[in-house]
Amino acid sequence: MSPPSSTWLRRHLFRSPVDGIVTVVAGAVSLWVLYRTVRFVLVTGRWEVIRANHRLLMIGRFPEVHVLRLSVALIVLAGWGGLVAGYVRSRQLRAGRVERRDLGWSRARLLGLAERFWLPILVLLLVLALSSTAGPWMTAAGAVAAAAAGRALGPLLGRAVRGRWSAIGLALAVAAVPIAMYVYVVSAAGFDEWGGFMLNLFLALCAIVLCFPLGVLFALGRRSRLPLLRILSTAYIEIVRGAPLFVLLLLANSALQFFVPRDLAPSKPARAIIVLTLFTAAYMAEIVRGGLQSVPRGQVEAARALGLSPVRQTVLVVLPQALRNVIPAQIGQLISLFKDTTLAGVAMALFELLNVSESITRQPEFRGQRLIGETLTFAALLFWAVSYTMSRESQRLERKLGVGTR
Amino acid sequence: VDRRRPHVLAAVPLTAITAPRRPPLWRDVRVLRWLFQLAVVAVVVAVVAWLYGNYTANVERQNIPTSLDFLDNPASFEITGNSMSQNAPVRDAIYQGVLNTLRVSVAGVVAATALGTVVGIARLSRNWLVAQLARAYVEAVRNIPLALFVVFGFLVVVLGVLPAVDGAWEPLGLAVVSNRGISVPWFEGSGLGLLAIGAIGLAVAWAVARWRRSVADRTGAPARTGLWGGAALALVAAIGWVALGYAASVPSPEGRTVVGGIRMDPSFFALFFALVIYTASHIAEIVRGSIQAVPRGQGEAADALALSGFQRLWYVVLPQAFRIAIPPIGNQYLNLIKNSSLGAAIGYYDLTLVSQTTVGNGSPAVPVFFLAMTVYIAISLVTSVLVNLANRRLRLVER
Repeated sequence: MSPPSSTWLRRHLFRSPVDGIVTVVAGAVSLWVLYRTVRFVLVTGRWEVIRANHRLLMIGRFPEVHVLRLSVALIVLAGWGGLVAGYVRSRQLRAGRVERRDLGWSRARLLGLAERFWLPILVLLLVLALSSTAGPWMTAAGAVAAAAAGRALGPLLGRAVRGRWSAIGLALAVAAVPIAMYVYVVSAAGFDEWGGFMLNLFLALCAIVLCFPLGVLFALGRRSRLPLLRILSTAYIEIVRGAPLFVLLLLANSALQFFVPRDLAPSKPARAIIVLTLFTAAYMAEIVRGGLQSVPRGQVEAARALGLSPVRQTVLVVLPQALRNVIPAQIGQLISLFKDTTLAGVAMALFELLNVSESITRQPEFRGQRLIGETLTFAALLFWAVSYTMSRESQRLERKLGVGTR
Repeated sequence: VDRRRPHVLAAVPLTAITAPRRPPLWRDVRVLRWLFQLAVVAVVVAVVAWLYGNYTANVERQNIPTSLDFLDNPASFEITGNSMSQNAPVRDAIYQGVLNTLRVSVAGVVAATALGTVVGIARLSRNWLVAQLARAYVEAVRNIPLALFVVFGFLVVVLGVLPAVDGAWEPLGLAVVSNRGISVPWFEGSGLGLLAIGAIGLAVAWAVARWRRSVADRTGAPARTGLWGGAALALVAAIGWVALGYAASVPSPEGRTVVGGIRMDPSFFALFFALVIYTASHIAEIVRGSIQAVPRGQGEAADALALSGFQRLWYVVLPQAFRIAIPPIGNQYLNLIKNSSLGAAIGYYDLTLVSQTTVGNGSPAVPVFFLAMTVYIAISLVTSVLVNLANRRLRLVER
């Protein structure tokens, strides 16, 4: 946005009489919306209901005695994330893919980071400010400190790792940390006691991690030369894409007991993860298929000319290019997966954020006060902040990878 | 020769090829391929058989019928806004559910396309304020779950903002807006006559438009097919209305109900607007991308021909943009149809809620939900066939 000089005004707001009228009307509408929003947030909104139910909204009915485990897990995961980021950066530096001067604490880089992450940070601060205890603040501070420490130590890790076996060991250790944290938390408070926004994030995260390899497999199956595999993959993809997620969740909720013995039937959140995974895998497969089709034939032929086996042709030559081409579409699908976690609340009565927002207005002290607008607005803000940040990061990645320009 | 690596044949000396040795069966790549496929199929079949075995065993133990006979049992629930009686069979209830799903889907697709196109064009407006407003709309709506909009529309707008029937809003005395629904004027009389008039009107309008087009081709006079066709349609509608002695029925509140007109159920209203607002934000992005994908030279050529801003958009840019936009917009249509199942969350009796309710009333869950899924898949298939047809018709014919 450039400064509103009179030329700018004339060029962008008042080109012609009609344009002027449109501007005035649009201006009036936006001022009215702005006024109503500000008034709702600062004056008429009764936000005590959020403050009183802060914990319920965030972590649901997670048992209070075990909340400490959540904090510990969060701090460990933050440190782990920092460590991995630092390690990856040091490898990129050594490979010459990133220049060292781009990584210093220069003003431009700080401004860039602030521009990228001001929104989630702001929302996080708001969430922290609404909590009435010191715990969340301490957790957040610990997580930030751990992430910074991990980021600083990460490059050292890169130097220590030499040779194939230590690299495999490192990969295993890296993969083990989140699983260990999951076991650490879930051994105290079973999956059925999780809830709130934490549950939305967790459902989405699990489904994201699981649906990706499955989607790639289905995409490869659909493009395979083996006819039976192709038929199976195509049938799966088309059937799943034709059915609404909501109905699939209902099916998993009320009909799974017929298909699986009682002692094997997973808990409700696990069912939600399975359904979300299987559902998103079909869409992911179609996206990956688009990517596979965009890889020029010459690449495969070149790989074959080098004498690579079919598996290596796919893994080393085709897939990297195919996946890079469709990263934005994949992130778009993951955003909608994240938003779809609310369906699990509606269809399976999971105690996730939307469900909590509805049910806290029926508490005795808030009943009959029409607070649903406030609670839904708060929920919408959280969903919006996460999705919006993801989509902006995806656009940035798209520019960085130069999709469509190379 | 290593038959597992036929692609390195070229590097092998010719003498080796001239004397091929047949590899043993367990190393023959063709055999291995089929074995691998058969193994995968066997696993899939085994899993399905296991599930099916569990199902039949469970069903037998709990004495649940597996046939579709339940369709003839009485539904014993009422569908709001519908004259179906409680004793009607489940079959009828499901049929009404399918109709309700189609109703909200068709209305939603039309409205979302219109709104999405307008917003998509507005995002590229030269007017800074309009572009920013459109952008704010898209960015705000796209990143919030649809379920939230549906619940918000019902619990906040319908139950919170709209007045009760005694204090209903009556804009221009024509419509009645209250938390019992929105009633708008509608024709009195049978739907069949209405349908016939509509069909005749469309046929006449089409013929008139064709005639105008041929006149235009012969003489070079402006065709104005839209104007002439619309006028013909209006004329036929007016004649038919008078001829059949129809009168319009205007809704008015009476006591605690609204009489006359045609009523949109409040849950329909909430679901419809949530679907439209949400899907339109996605369609807007597609329209924007497609307009930007039209080569710049096309717009410049329109400018060079001294077309007005509207003509430039309507005759030059949009037709080409829609050619690009049809496949992704078709995907959004499919999403909208499937998302309409969220009506179940707010009590809109679409296929999903009917299925859920009839399962609650004792119909077997598995056949009901599989039936519902089959219907949804069928609707999706028909829609994608239609979209593909449109795509094929409008696609640029290249050599």
